[in-house]
Amino acid sequence: MSIIEVNNLSLFYGNFQALKNINLNVEQQKITALIGPSGCGKSTFLRCLNRMNDLIDDVHITGSVKIASHDIYHNSFDLLGLRKKVGMVFQRPNPFPLSIYDNVVYGLRVHGILDKKIMEEKLKWSLESVHLWAEVKDKLDANALTLSGEQQQRLCIARLAAVEPEVLLMDEPCSALDPISTAKIEDLMYELKKQYTIIIVTHNMQQAARVSEYTGYFLLGDLVEFGETTQIFTSPKDSRTEDYLTGRFG
Amino acid sequence: MTRLERNERLIKIALFVIACSAVSILAVITIFIFSEGTPIMFKYGLRSFLLGLDWYPSEQSFGLLPMIIGSVMVTFGSLLVGVPFGLACAIFLTEFSSRRLRHILKPIIELLAGIPSVVYGFIGVVILVPFIRETLGGPGLSVLAASIILGIMILPTIISISIDSLQAVPRSYREGSIALGATKWQTTKMVILPAAKSGIIASIILGMGRAIGETMAVIMIAGNAINIPRSVLDPVRTLTSNIALEMGYASGEHRQALFATGVILFIIIMILNTIANATSVKGKAAK
Repeated sequence: MSIIEVNNLSLFYGNFQALKNINLNVEQQKITALIGPSGCGKSTFLRCLNRMNDLIDDVHITGSVKIASHDIYHNSFDLLGLRKKVGMVFQRPNPFPLSIYDNVVYGLRVHGILDKKIMEEKLKWSLESVHLWAEVKDKLDANALTLSGEQQQRLCIARLAAVEPEVLLMDEPCSALDPISTAKIEDLMYELKKQYTIIIVTHNMQQAARVSEYTGYFLLGDLVEFGETTQIFTSPKDSRTEDYLTGRFG
Repeated sequence: MTRLERNERLIKIALFVIACSAVSILAVITIFIFSEGTPIMFKYGLRSFLLGLDWYPSEQSFGLLPMIIGSVMVTFGSLLVGVPFGLACAIFLTEFSSRRLRHILKPIIELLAGIPSVVYGFIGVVILVPFIRETLGGPGLSVLAASIILGIMILPTIISISIDSLQAVPRSYREGSIALGATKWQTTKMVILPAAKSGIIASIILGMGRAIGETMAVIMIAGNAINIPRSVLDPVRTLTSNIALEMGYASGEHRQALFATGVILFIIIMILNTIANATSVKGKAAK
């Protein structure tokens, strides 16, 4: 079942068209990978799905994005609720310079959940879901910036898990991590997809092949090809996809 | 040695000499103030200076307590005015206003720092003092008037340093918070302000240093009476005013007592600057 339906989405930075008529459906509780060379619009596309592009001046969008059948660009759409439902993991781990505890319950506080008991339950549950609980349960008051890069990235995922999103957008979540940490995050993604729909932008084609069920190949703002990962990697229909995958380009 | 290398050496030596003389001028001033001011403090006892209530220089009574209290009241009063306004302005300009508005307003605010203090004092005398006298009573020349004018005078310091420290907060914190569904205000309150805390504290302490050291505007609007004020509508004299008002005709021990006033002011400001440096260094270490 498609949870996200994108129809004829185009995005302009001023006069520059960064996304050209993107059509794409994302399946629920699957991992969808978006690959392509730098500057081809993958991250821009990802940021359309939780409307982070709203923060940039002079951005203009046409077409529609529906999440769970609701048009998220409709005037009356609840933007803050959207971002609660569609969480985002960033390229560089970005825990807030607060304690581990405050980081995890941040989203709860933002959405008005202030009950101590509920906060502590969610805290434990979300840290367990990213396998961080055992490592940090004795130092919840420590500053989150004292954790290692990989722990910080898992903390950022726990921070999202606490508000129970439906979709996780991951923008090159492993690019600042070493291979062992990357493997840990990938293992985590496997588990997380039981609960969440995950869309991951990655530079790393092996990563896309390893973790995803569906893959989309972006080039210069076009979605060149989209399909099941095995099909894209073994028998791409478009010669440009093949060139990229075989390393002749990009 | 080539000509270029010789030039390089000469320039280096010249710069070193200039740098040394700048530092030594400051050192000489410091030594001078202390050598003029401290002997009389020990002659009559530190206690009588810091806690004495009476200032009658011709009768060897040099109590600075009313002035110390005056300086403290006026300084904190100015913070009560300047910090909320300054911080609100800095938050608005960094987090809520458009970039264009910020580029217009920030230079204008920094320009305010260039207005001579006598002009602020003049505005105080002409507008604020009569207003206070008519609406709230009292002589008008008062703690309140001085606090308001000083509060306005420290705004540029507080605003521009707070803006710098708010802008130094990484964009990724803002994005992380917004992406969790937080509003701009929630983001500011819960992430940005705690992250920029040390810079904001430094801006407040620097503003405080400016307020406590200000002389001309305070002389014009604080009333300068030597007494411990009972309300914010009473006049006060500050440490700086005391020096400026009396130095012109003072001689002998009176003159030395004014230097002693300077020593006390100097120590207060040094303490404030040390705190400011310590907090901003600590803030940097945490990042």
